[in-house]
Amino acid sequence: MLKFVAGRLLQGILVLLAIYAVTFFLVAATPGSPFSSERAIRPEILAQIEAFYGYDKPVFERFMTSLGNALSGEFGPSAVYANRSVTDIIAESFPVSLKLGALSLLLAMALGIPAGIIAAVKRNTWLDYVPMSAAMVGICLPTFVMGPMLALVFGIILKLLPVAGWFGPEFWILPAATLGLVYAAYFARLTRGGMLEMLNQDWVRTARAKGVKETTIIWRHCLKGGLMPAVTFLGPALAGIISGSFVVETIFQVPGLGQWFVRGALNRDDFLILGLTVLFATLIVIMNLLVDIVQVALNPRLKYE
Amino acid sequence: MANSKIQSFTRFLLVALLGGLIAACSGGERETDRAAAEGILLFGNGTEPKGLDPHLVTGVPENHIISSLIEGLIAYHPTDDLIPAPGVAESWESNDDYTVWTFKLRDDAVWTNGDPVAAGDFAYSWQRILTPILGSEYAPMLYVIKGAQSFHAGDTEDFSTVGVRAIDEKTLEVTLEGPTPYFPNMLKHYSFFPVNPRAVEEHGGMTDRQSGWSTVENFVGNGPFKLKSWVTNQMIEVERNTDYWDNETTKLNGIRFFPIENPSTEETMYRSGRLHLTSTVPQDKIPSLQESVPDQLRIEPYLGSYFYRVNVTRAPFDNPKVRQALAVSFDKQLLVDKVTKGGQAPATGFVPAGIPGYDVSTKVQYDPELGKKLLAEAGFPNGEGFPTSEILINTSEGHRKIAEAMQAMWKENLNIDVGIYNQEWKVYLDSQSSLDYDLSRSGWIGDYVHPTTFLELFTSGNGNNDTGWTNPQYDALISQAQLAQTEEARINALQDAEEILLTDLPVLPIYWYTRVYMKDTQLRGWEPKVLDNHPYKYVYFETN
Repeated sequence: MLKFVAGRLLQGILVLLAIYAVTFFLVAATPGSPFSSERAIRPEILAQIEAFYGYDKPVFERFMTSLGNALSGEFGPSAVYANRSVTDIIAESFPVSLKLGALSLLLAMALGIPAGIIAAVKRNTWLDYVPMSAAMVGICLPTFVMGPMLALVFGIILKLLPVAGWFGPEFWILPAATLGLVYAAYFARLTRGGMLEMLNQDWVRTARAKGVKETTIIWRHCLKGGLMPAVTFLGPALAGIISGSFVVETIFQVPGLGQWFVRGALNRDDFLILGLTVLFATLIVIMNLLVDIVQVALNPRLKYE
Repeated sequence: MANSKIQSFTRFLLVALLGGLIAACSGGERETDRAAAEGILLFGNGTEPKGLDPHLVTGVPENHIISSLIEGLIAYHPTDDLIPAPGVAESWESNDDYTVWTFKLRDDAVWTNGDPVAAGDFAYSWQRILTPILGSEYAPMLYVIKGAQSFHAGDTEDFSTVGVRAIDEKTLEVTLEGPTPYFPNMLKHYSFFPVNPRAVEEHGGMTDRQSGWSTVENFVGNGPFKLKSWVTNQMIEVERNTDYWDNETTKLNGIRFFPIENPSTEETMYRSGRLHLTSTVPQDKIPSLQESVPDQLRIEPYLGSYFYRVNVTRAPFDNPKVRQALAVSFDKQLLVDKVTKGGQAPATGFVPAGIPGYDVSTKVQYDPELGKKLLAEAGFPNGEGFPTSEILINTSEGHRKIAEAMQAMWKENLNIDVGIYNQEWKVYLDSQSSLDYDLSRSGWIGDYVHPTTFLELFTSGNGNNDTGWTNPQYDALISQAQLAQTEEARINALQDAEEILLTDLPVLPIYWYTRVYMKDTQLRGWEPKVLDNHPYKYVYFETN
């Protein structure tokens, strides 16, 4: 297993390096500059600013400097926001994104997985139809519709919850729900599918014939295998929740990474774009590795190779 | 790990339940009422500020915050943009031709670090903003001061060549390039604001762009409020500065600025009672808000001009007749009524209405027949042979709607085909300044209440001209205005210059801006101002 993990980590590092290089050169080739301004800046002043941020050097030299800095964990100053380094921005907003992501993911699993199990066990009854139809609606409704709807109902009409901001636990509920509900729907459908596959296996029929209790069959024998699709989906789900949280962050004014990512791109804040891309890529690499490990642990037919 | 996840999940559920209960039991007392009772203003402020250093920022949200924290020589008057109110200067006078100004600083003006505000602080601050290596975008505002331009251009490193002199601790003498009776009004702008030399020197020095003096831990100001907290993308809070010289006038105890970029989110927050003021209103909602809450929706004139730049270096736009034809062949009234809907005024000239003493031009009127005739004279009868051209816009739904309306009206009136293409903000700025466009969507907001702030844009060599248009006669009139001995002569020269601009039309005026926002009915002392500057010390709530 150690060998497997080490191999995958090495692969991951190569992937990250490649992503860093591609992002850097794409950003460098994009028209516009972080210092373009609506008010004209005299060329000699612009040159001063560019020199301050190292933009006067050739691209390749800039790449090497920037890579060196990145390896030592320092992505440089934001080219747009005064007094803030990219590391500061990440340190401030990553915990928020992580909290929002974790809450949504937990909510998604807490709602989706039991619903999927029940739907599979009580197949073709109302316990199957109702949650699965709701899940279909959940998958189809984008967050930018769901979010304002929840805000309208719980914030403005019922006056139960704050509609925007991130000042305390009551502020976490609506954004986490908006983001979580969509993924709950996915989890429900995936779990139902996985469970149905298990319940139709020959050994389940044999177990039933031997008189094993239905609950034991479900909990002890089928659940492990039935959850496989949902576990596989965890990696992409986390990536999706973090990168897709931009919409939710904007609707609910959550000070997370997503807003910075988009703003960084619009402002052409090169260092910020690079820093965030590397962060997201690292997250996805790590999540995929963890999912692989969990999969092998759950599925005896797989081996660490 | 699993355990703590389960724990945090149960906690989340508990909190969710509790939160719901508390909110349900609290009977829905609005945050705005609670804050108003405490004398705290809740202010939707657009975007996260890029910084709070008055010499480095350029945006409106930054201005809203900085103007609560720092005070210049001259302050904003609560109701009239043209009256200079005393700030750090308690009195000021000029020589007869308005070229040398002497400011007497008040004794009781202090910085939040205890230093008295001295005349030397202003000299230091203006040297700072003009130092080329700092790279301040707003430095050209100070070119009105003698020698400032050549110092900023790096021609000399000797600041004594610039017309700023601290005669003693409390007397500042400023010598200008030319007669400028409106100089005190220019001083209200934050580019003229002082910074505390000790604080700046302690955190990197005069010319360090990344100097840390303006962070929440280190900020030193001299305004009616002081910086209390700054949570990125959430809130900036300022509280009453009891050491401020005019603290007696200040009524609010604090202001919370919320950087909310999404207008719909801002509107939802306002409606759920979490903001007293919004920075804007979603365009589509203006008509319905006008019906449902007419006492809270504010539509006020704003000193800005929305227009299209025309690239006069490209055919067929190098022909003035083509530009004139375009300018008269769209119905501005229809555009503001049906598309922008925010009570904007159709622009019949470039300089917007609202500048006392300056007559708004009515030269550019909707006249499709004249447009057809001019286009025919230019060699394109009924639009035949007119090359396909494009309107450049920066990515935004609002600009697109306007461009589509223009496109349709030009098609109908002139039978020409104009396309639309959008670019991201920074790319669009580059295309515009390198003249890589046919027609480009533009806007300009005045920095002070005088036509100069608009008309000097289109002089030859002005960095913001961006049209390729030059006219020696126009340049002569603008510099004549700069040197004029009387305000009357100055205004006359400027009116003549605008006449030339509107004859040659390197710009197609479209509308004059309004500020559209929501305002809580309890708020007082927040008067309509064409520059959107509302000195906070006069603002209060009816309840307190």
